[in-house]
Amino acid sequence: MEIADIIKPENKVFCKTALMTDTPLSYCPGCGHGTAHNLTMEVIDELGIVEETIGVAPVGCSVLAYDFMNIDITQAAHGRAPAVATAIARCWPDKYVFTYQGDGDLAAIGTAETIHACNRGENIVIIFVNNGIYGMTGGQMAPTTLEGMISSTSPYGREISSMGSPIKMTELVANLPGVFYATRQSVHTHKHARKAKKAIQKAFENTRLKKGLSFIEIVSNCNSGWKMTPNEANIWMEEHMFSYFPLGDIKVDGKLK
Amino acid sequence: MSELKLMKGNEALAEAAIRAGVDAYFGYPITPQSEVIEYLMYEQPEKRTGMVVLQAESEIAAINMVYGAASTGKRVLTSSSSPGISLKLEGISYIAGAELPAVIVNVVRGGPGLGTIQPSQADYFQSVKGGGHGDYKLYVLAPASVQEMADFVEDAFDIAFKYRAPVLILSDGLIGQMMEKVTLKPQKERMSNQELIEKYGSWAVTGKTNRQRNIITSLDLQSEKMEARVHRLMAKYAQMEKEDLRFEKIACDDAEYLIVAYGSSARIAQKTVELAREKGIKVGLLRPITLFPFPKKQLFELADQVKGILSVELNAGQMIEDVQIATQFKVPVEHFGRTGGIIHTPEEILEALEQKFIK
Repeated sequence: MEIADIIKPENKVFCKTALMTDTPLSYCPGCGHGTAHNLTMEVIDELGIVEETIGVAPVGCSVLAYDFMNIDITQAAHGRAPAVATAIARCWPDKYVFTYQGDGDLAAIGTAETIHACNRGENIVIIFVNNGIYGMTGGQMAPTTLEGMISSTSPYGREISSMGSPIKMTELVANLPGVFYATRQSVHTHKHARKAKKAIQKAFENTRLKKGLSFIEIVSNCNSGWKMTPNEANIWMEEHMFSYFPLGDIKVDGKLK
Repeated sequence: MSELKLMKGNEALAEAAIRAGVDAYFGYPITPQSEVIEYLMYEQPEKRTGMVVLQAESEIAAINMVYGAASTGKRVLTSSSSPGISLKLEGISYIAGAELPAVIVNVVRGGPGLGTIQPSQADYFQSVKGGGHGDYKLYVLAPASVQEMADFVEDAFDIAFKYRAPVLILSDGLIGQMMEKVTLKPQKERMSNQELIEKYGSWAVTGKTNRQRNIITSLDLQSEKMEARVHRLMAKYAQMEKEDLRFEKIACDDAEYLIVAYGSSARIAQKTVELAREKGIKVGLLRPITLFPFPKKQLFELADQVKGILSVELNAGQMIEDVQIATQFKVPVEHFGRTGGIIHTPEEILEALEQKFIK
């Protein structure tokens, strides 16, 4: 049997997402960003909206999202992606505008822009990848770092009395009337990735219907920053992150769950 | 149709923006420029031309909204005053780095810190030396009248799109707040999305069609690429110096003494020139209309003709450094200017000139 005999449409079980470029991902092996990128691009491709989609990349590990996502994309200053997306959506009300941000970007330096874009109910999608640490700058404490978690700026563990509690952004923004959909997902197993993809689909559908802001948190791992193997990191995430950041919908169709 | 009106500088600028077919304004209130956003909100340009106006949650958000709209090829404007401009500088640096067209207005008040809400020209350094981080410059227009507050909006956008670079209109609390008659140009139509995509489709992010994807970023992790970007920016600034320098010479032909002043100081110094000539002192005025590019060559030549140059600024002495560099210390250069929000009078300027050079 020749290779050509095998490469037939009926034998296809998997193919590269059309809207991902051929650039090798710069993420650490085991990191959840690749899957989150892939799912987002799959949704845009399947909805057939690439010509109408404008992405906004953050500062952090996913600053280079534009290298991997084969779409029109603007890279924002640290934390300012919701403001950048606000203007794009206001100037191009029929486009699908989304931001892709990490926890340092969205929940620390960009808190004001996040809260106010959510409060105005901007017709955008925010994809918020929360791995509880600053990955790109080398594993410093994030606003979402769990209590007792060791990072390079909390070398003795996060101490609540002096460093505050990890912030639950999705619950926070879900309370704002402008937010139409708020959900927390993960992408570390096939089952979870499928659910996350459904959430992303729903979010872009909301944009089409001009329902306002859809906020999708993806709880993810950072095996490099957490100093674990990819598998250990996923187990640790299930055991520790999910109890503090429980998965599931928080607000659907404008109603709190 | 053109229209003659009596207006505040800030209002004239806002009305001119609507008439110039500007697509969007994002701002945050701060004295003494709040009339810009107040006027726009009252006028509802969304209904007149489809122009988007939004009050942002901060100056930082506003400038990043400008970045966002500019990255899609829209004509976008923001305005603020000194402390607010300091907050915007991060975003301005990104706009310069990402090579985006945008117009920023600074209606300057006194500083440092919270300073005063009174007029000042103390943001000269910040405006012409970059201001934010990195190797970049702003094309800086300095209006000296309410008419120029209106006219410079369109001029600024022409430059911003010619070079894909941020342009600053450096006004001050005096020009922003005072009322004068102003001729407003007829309404221009805003560019349609289709026309925009045809014109700026080579770089603007408007949704990837069958072309290559467009990416707007100021990041280049490869040093050689980053250096190439810096060189590209420097080439733009060199071209601005060659092609888009603007200045005005008043009574310079026979001048024995020269005043260099821009914006409101230039307006006041015009009277000083008259007063001096009544007394038989031959004073001329060089008014840089653009502060970058700066009329270096003109000053270099005038330095051979005059006995002294007075740099008149509403600050403690900032532009004087550029005057000294331009004249290569061929002639004595002195500074005069009030600070704290006090406006110097024509008589004070003349007295200073006499004291420093004649007596």
